[in-house]
Amino acid sequence: MEILNEVLISNNLITAFVFVGLIVYLSYFFSNHFTGGRFHGSAIAIILGLIFAYSAGLFTDGQKGVADFAILSGVGILGGSMLRDFAIVATAYGANFNDLRSSGKAGVFSLLFGVILSFSFGALVAISFGYDDPRSITTIGAGTVTFVVGPITGSAIGAESEVIALSIAAGLVKSILVMTITPLVAGRIGLNNPKSAMVFGGLMGTNSGVAAGLAAVDPKLVPYGAMTATFYTAVGCLLVPSVLFFLVSALY
Amino acid sequence: MVIYGIALLGVCTLLGLFAGELLGSLFGIDANVGGIGIAMFLLMCATSFFKGRFEIGNVSEKGITFWSMIYIPIVVAMAAKQNVVGAIDGGFMALMAGLLVVTVSFIFVPIISNFKRK
Repeated sequence: MEILNEVLISNNLITAFVFVGLIVYLSYFFSNHFTGGRFHGSAIAIILGLIFAYSAGLFTDGQKGVADFAILSGVGILGGSMLRDFAIVATAYGANFNDLRSSGKAGVFSLLFGVILSFSFGALVAISFGYDDPRSITTIGAGTVTFVVGPITGSAIGAESEVIALSIAAGLVKSILVMTITPLVAGRIGLNNPKSAMVFGGLMGTNSGVAAGLAAVDPKLVPYGAMTATFYTAVGCLLVPSVLFFLVSALY
Repeated sequence: MVIYGIALLGVCTLLGLFAGELLGSLFGIDANVGGIGIAMFLLMCATSFFKGRFEIGNVSEKGITFWSMIYIPIVVAMAAKQNVVGAIDGGFMALMAGLLVVTVSFIFVPIISNFKRK
């Protein structure tokens, strides 16, 4: 048993491929048998992944989900930003230029509008929960932009670490909700063409949420949504700690 | 050869990330400004440019299509390493903030996508 443990740990990336393969197999089994294929297999696989992460988090009290288990440390590499970014770029191989150019304007508009929309509603919730100093309000608002913009803004404007942790939590909730709800509402919001995918990426912006949500709806849409989503965090990092922070400080 | 496709993908990704870091430092923010978006542009230019010059043989192409097909499993692994406990520990406010923002954003997707400049 000890030897097996060692083999799995020293070849952790390969173990991760097997682990994910099992999850995907189980999910497509559920999808076909229990939902007749209506509920997308990959959406179930993502949810299963989140459930494993939650239970592992309870068990190990760690911050990296199942990757806190030595045997599954390879999942941290496989699901890490390096390979994630490498694969997102690869999905661009299918996208063609004229789709991008034709929906470019709506994409750019949705980008700016999306950052301001997310920030303002996030700030409103912070205010309604009793936060009244501009630093905390701005940081929590930044968290609902993405869980990257939150801490970057928080440290840039000197918010307390507890508020920064809250902003990360808000961003994580947003990303997880986008991952899971997108396949359910895609039909109702007309998320079935490159243009709406770009607008969706511009409004939601969370790289992981948008890409995972679109992958569960239709993998061919991933590059269009990812195209706007990748600039969202940058626009957020530009706008929030500067313009929006001054706005909030003026009000409070 | 397969490695040509993977290497081309690697060059585009590295160049894009490099450009993103440069832009980040240019604007004085400690974040990669759209690096992946730039990398995607580069890959599209490279593959349409090379398609004219020399056909990306179906073998080299496999190097790229492998990574685009393995994308969903990578997303599943990404989901499995999220700090879901942290998200829920963030308390009721974080849940409310996330839920409200996502709902409002979903509502605006059809509005903006069908927005026709009159």
